[in-house]
Amino acid sequence: MTEHSSMLNPKSNSVVPKETNTMPETRPTLAQPATSTLPTSSPVSEHVTLRVKDFNAWYGAYQALHNITLNIPSQRVTSLIGPSGCGKSTFLRWINRMNDLVPNARADGVMQLDKDDLLDRNFDVVELRRRVGMVFQKPNPFPKSIYENIAFGPRLHKRFHRSDLDALVEQSLRAAAIWDEVKDRLHNSALGLSGGQQQRLCIARAIAVGPEVLLMDEPCSALDPRSTASVESLIRELRQTFTIVVVTHNMQQAARVSDLTAFFFEGKLIEAGATDGMFTNPKNKQTEDYVTGRFG
Amino acid sequence: MSAISMRTKRIVKNRAFLALCLFSTSATILILALLIVTIMVQGSNFLFSSEALSAVFGHGELSQIPKIIRWDFLTNFASRFPEKAGIYAAVIGSLWVCAICALLALPLGIGTAIYLEEFAPKNRWTGLIDFNIRNLAGVPSIVYGILGLTAFTRMFGLFGSDKNSALSFGPDNAWWHIQLPFGQGLLAGGLTLMLVVLPIVIISSREALRAVPSSLRQASLAIGATPWQTASKITLPAAIPSILTGAILAMSRAMGEAAPLLVLGIPVFIANTPDNLNDNFTVLPFQIFNWAGRPQESFHQLAASAIVVLLVVLICFNGVAVYLRQKLRKPMA
Repeated sequence: MTEHSSMLNPKSNSVVPKETNTMPETRPTLAQPATSTLPTSSPVSEHVTLRVKDFNAWYGAYQALHNITLNIPSQRVTSLIGPSGCGKSTFLRWINRMNDLVPNARADGVMQLDKDDLLDRNFDVVELRRRVGMVFQKPNPFPKSIYENIAFGPRLHKRFHRSDLDALVEQSLRAAAIWDEVKDRLHNSALGLSGGQQQRLCIARAIAVGPEVLLMDEPCSALDPRSTASVESLIRELRQTFTIVVVTHNMQQAARVSDLTAFFFEGKLIEAGATDGMFTNPKNKQTEDYVTGRFG
Repeated sequence: MSAISMRTKRIVKNRAFLALCLFSTSATILILALLIVTIMVQGSNFLFSSEALSAVFGHGELSQIPKIIRWDFLTNFASRFPEKAGIYAAVIGSLWVCAICALLALPLGIGTAIYLEEFAPKNRWTGLIDFNIRNLAGVPSIVYGILGLTAFTRMFGLFGSDKNSALSFGPDNAWWHIQLPFGQGLLAGGLTLMLVVLPIVIISSREALRAVPSSLRQASLAIGATPWQTASKITLPAAIPSILTGAILAMSRAMGEAAPLLVLGIPVFIANTPDNLNDNFTVLPFQIFNWAGRPQESFHQLAASAIVVLLVVLICFNGVAVYLRQKLRKPMA
C-alpha cells in the first residue's frame, strides 16, 4: 500500500495543493503565515487551519496511521471516509487530543492548528479542546437541563453575568438550529429530547465555547433519517463559521455535506481532494472501488 | 427418548426448580420473621408499658397512646437493677461514634474512590491498591480492633500509657478536648470504626462512579473541562445518589459493630453521656453484648429490647438509603 502515499504529492491530490509546497520543513519558519500569498477564489486554496505532515499514530505496538499528510482548510467541511478500522476516527481524535485518554496511544510527525504544534507534550490540551470542539457518534448530553448543557462549557472558562450567559445560550442554540424547538423548555432535562435534538444540542454545546474547529465522529450514525437530514443541513450552515471535520461511513452523506473528502484505507491516506472530484472522477482505483460501493 | 417425554421432563425440571427457589425464599423469610417475633416477645417487658402489655395479652385498658412505649428504657442509663436500666448512654454513644466515623470515613473514602476511578493511571501499582482494598473489605472487624488498640488507644506507646496521658489539648470541659493517646475515648472508637468501613465506602463509591457513562466524561473533557472540573461537575453529581446510598449502608455497618470496640476495651458501665472527644462511651451493640452475657434472665430481656431499638435504627438507615436510591437517582444518558 505504500505506493499510494506517493499519490499525496503536491501535484496530484492533496487537499490544498499549493499549500503543500509552502509547507515549512523546520519549526523556526513556522512563524510566517504561509497562506497570505494564496488566492482565495478557489474553494480548495484558502487559509489552512490544520496542517498534518508525516503523521503516524500507534496504539501500543499497533500502528493505526501511516505517514498522513493532509491540510484541512478553514471554513470548509472536510469528510474523512473509509471502511471500519481504517484509522479515520483515530485521526480525528488526535486533532483534539482525545486519544490522550487511551493508554498507550502515541503519535509523531507534524500536526499543527494554525501555528501551534498539537503534538507538543506541553501543549495545553484544555485550551486546545476549547478551540477544537467535538461531537460524538452517540448524542451525549449531560443529565442536566438544556440550559445547563449549553452553559456548562462557557462557565468553565470564565465568569458570566446571567444576562450574558442567557444571550450566549440562545445564540448557541440558534446557531445549532434547535432554539425554536427548545426555547420554551430550556430548564427541562436534556434527556427528554429526541435523538436528533440531542445531537443538535451537543453541537450547540460544542459551539458555545467558541471553537475554531468542530470535529464530528459519525454524528448521524445513531439517528433516524429525518434527524440525519436536520443535522446534515446544520453542518452545511455551520461551515460558514467553523472549520468542520466529519468522519462518516455514509458515502452519500460525505457527498452531501462536504467540500473536501479524504479517503483512508488501512491506516493510510489514499486520496484527498474536492468532494465532487473524488466521487465523480477518483484518481485512485481503491478510492473508486470504495466510493462506488465495491468494498467497505 | 421421544419428543413428548423430553418435553415432560423439561416441564418437570422447571417446576422442581421453581419449587426449590420458593422454598429457599420462604425459609429465609420465615427465619427472619421468627427472629424478629422472638426478640420482640423477649424484649416486650422493657419496650412496652405494663398497661400496653396487659391491654394486648390480658384484660386491662389503654388510657393513652403515648404510654404504649416505656420511654424510660430509652432515657435511663445502665443500671445493675434491670427494671431501672436503660440504653440512653449507648444510644448517645452510638450517635457520637457514628458521626465521628462518618466525618472521617466519608471524605477519605469518597476522595480515594474519586482518585482511583477518575485520575489514577491504570497500571500494576493501582491494580495492587485495588486488590488490597477489596481484601480489606473482607477482613473481620475484630482485626481492625487490634489495629485501633495499637494505633489509636495506645498510639504505639509514644505518648505514655492510655491511663496516664502525656499530651492534651483544649480545656477539660470543652467538647473538643483531646488527649494523646486517645485511650478508650470517642475518637479512638470513631477512628477504629472508620478503619472498618473505609474499604466499604471506597468500593461502593467506586462502583457508583464507574456507573456514570464514560461518554459524559468525554463530552466534558471535549469542551475543555479539566479532569477535576469533569469529576466535580459531571461525574460526582451524577454518582452522588449511589455514593450516599453506599455511605449510609456503611454507616449502618459501623452502627452495628461491637467486636472492634470490645478489643479497644471500652468500659462496660457508663453512667454519663460523653462530654468531649476523649470521653468514655459505650454503643448499642456493646451494651447488648454486655447484657446478653449476664446470667439473669431479666438482662437477656433487656438485651432483646436493645436489639429491637438497634434494628429500628438500622431499618431507618436502610430506609433512607432506599429513598435516596429511588428518588435522587436520575437517568444519566
